[in-house]
Amino acid sequence: MEKKDVLMIGGHEFTSRFILGSGKYNVELIKAAVEDAGAQMITLALRRANTDGKENIMDYIPEGVTLLPNTSGARNAQEALRIARLSRELGCGDFVKVEVIRDSRYLLPDNYETIKATELMAKEGFIVMPYMYPDLNVARDLVNAGAAAIMPLAAPIGSNKGLATKEFIQILVDEIDLPIIVDAGIGRPSQACEAMEMGVAAVMANTAIATAGDIPAMAAAFKKAIEAGRAAYLAGLGRVLEKGGAASSPLTGFLEE
Amino acid sequence: MEARTDHMKYMEGMEVISSDIMDRVIREMNEYDYSRYTQADVKAALSHDRCSPEDFKALLSPAALPHLEEMAVRAQDETRRHFGNSVYLFTPLYISNYCENYCIYCGFNCHNKIRRARLDAEGIEREMKAIAETGLEEILILTGESRKASDVKYIGEACKIAKKYFKMTGLEVYPMNSDEYRYLHECGADYVTVFQETYNSDKYETLHLAGHKRVFPYRFNAQERALLGGMRGVAFAALLGLADFRKDAFATGMHAYLLQQKYPWAEISFSCPRLRPIINNDKINPKDVHEPQLLQVMCAYRIFMPFAGMTISTRERAGFRDHVIGLAATKISAGVSTGIGSHVEGEEEKGDDQFEIADNRNVEEVYDSILKRGLQPVMNDYVYV
Repeated sequence: MEKKDVLMIGGHEFTSRFILGSGKYNVELIKAAVEDAGAQMITLALRRANTDGKENIMDYIPEGVTLLPNTSGARNAQEALRIARLSRELGCGDFVKVEVIRDSRYLLPDNYETIKATELMAKEGFIVMPYMYPDLNVARDLVNAGAAAIMPLAAPIGSNKGLATKEFIQILVDEIDLPIIVDAGIGRPSQACEAMEMGVAAVMANTAIATAGDIPAMAAAFKKAIEAGRAAYLAGLGRVLEKGGAASSPLTGFLEE
Repeated sequence: MEARTDHMKYMEGMEVISSDIMDRVIREMNEYDYSRYTQADVKAALSHDRCSPEDFKALLSPAALPHLEEMAVRAQDETRRHFGNSVYLFTPLYISNYCENYCIYCGFNCHNKIRRARLDAEGIEREMKAIAETGLEEILILTGESRKASDVKYIGEACKIAKKYFKMTGLEVYPMNSDEYRYLHECGADYVTVFQETYNSDKYETLHLAGHKRVFPYRFNAQERALLGGMRGVAFAALLGLADFRKDAFATGMHAYLLQQKYPWAEISFSCPRLRPIINNDKINPKDVHEPQLLQVMCAYRIFMPFAGMTISTRERAGFRDHVIGLAATKISAGVSTGIGSHVEGEEEKGDDQFEIADNRNVEEVYDSILKRGLQPVMNDYVYV
């Protein structure tokens, strides 16, 4: 029997490899992500969910979808841990996406504090998915700290600039045994497809769909692109010929038998 | 009348911090000659991925006005990229209108004959409860600038009460020292707004004739002291119309820009107030800052600092406010009264208003109008840690 291609994170099984970010949410986006893009995991900024009022994002997330609460708003490991604990108290489950950010212009993750936060949360039994700047040494430290997946950024968040850090993400894919999930910067389905071809385990997107002209249509396009990229990766990409033919007089032509 | 004090000299008890930001902002503002910029500069600025201070100057110049539509398109794009379609709602709560300053354009100034009031703890709680019942989760606490009538402890008590009813508390009160900001942060406040009014210190001196507020540099450095005191975010504004609005808008942007460079984690926000009529003086008006100029300033702020929050004042009419949210502004007040003690239904207002507002809609009306524009009203985006 053919082996089912599933994504395993912290002992949980997912058949979808698209994760919806919820930084810029609206009802239509969440609906489209689940119905048209097949998302089984949706991130949730706890600072947004922490509300009793009329616009609680949690009311919009259908049952069966795994919540991935994030610690946005945290500026250091301790703040991130406090947000994670609050998230658990509010019934958001054990998954947590670590986001520690000390820069309000670019929103780049602080790798150093992220390692510390990951270790603290893993010790408390969270399934920790750290958002990070793609650096192999940091990724190894995150593995040792107890991360369940590694989430390197492709480009600055919200920039829609695609795989600006491609070479470094490839190193993580090649060297790290945990699922590598590309987070932030993916602006179009072709970029999501390219990431999947590289062997990343899943792609997260938000702005690309949230700011599209037709949200459900773009969500569906992402679904297809991610599936195509995954299929290509599993099939094994063909050899790409280098530019130009082989030299007519090879450099090693002088060698005698 | 007494001789006017030196407005550039700190008074006793005012904390002096080590910072060169004011000198840099003032120098750059003085050198800014907006008549030098051409439409070609504006087009170049709009073609750049990252807006430099030089681009910002071009966008604020008169040469940019014919390109307002292109600026609006770019601003909307940046707003959507950074904020999606979220629009944050809040309301200001004036807890005291006693003031020791003589700012000639302000309804609260100490020589203006208005009804003065100061809510006690019970009154504050009643007001906050009534506001929370409307569904709002963010509050901005305001006082007149009187340390006597509304001391730091009193404001701290208001913050503690606010913590019971709201997820996020901001302050728009007189500038204070960093240890006082730290105390208020511990009481639950996390954002500090200070309007510099005008960055032209000579003009500032003629408008602020007496009181602590007269000290220009102490006010200028308030945001930095707030950050040193542990506040998460700070907001900036010039009251457009007091002086040369292009220079004031430029200085406001540079002030925020340089402070964010020094404190990269700080959350930055702008307000864009224009002059409004006050009680006993209905002649006050925003002069040359008409709606197109105001929108130009807002778009320039957005393009220069795309990640910054931006609040649209109730000084503006509903039609203007509804169109600028999602375009440049990210935050809108609703159910606003600038008087004292007027949120509880059936109770008479105890103190008079700071200025006339132009948008009287309640929370539900503003909420619905945001939805109608295809945007998402957000009551809270914050967790206090």
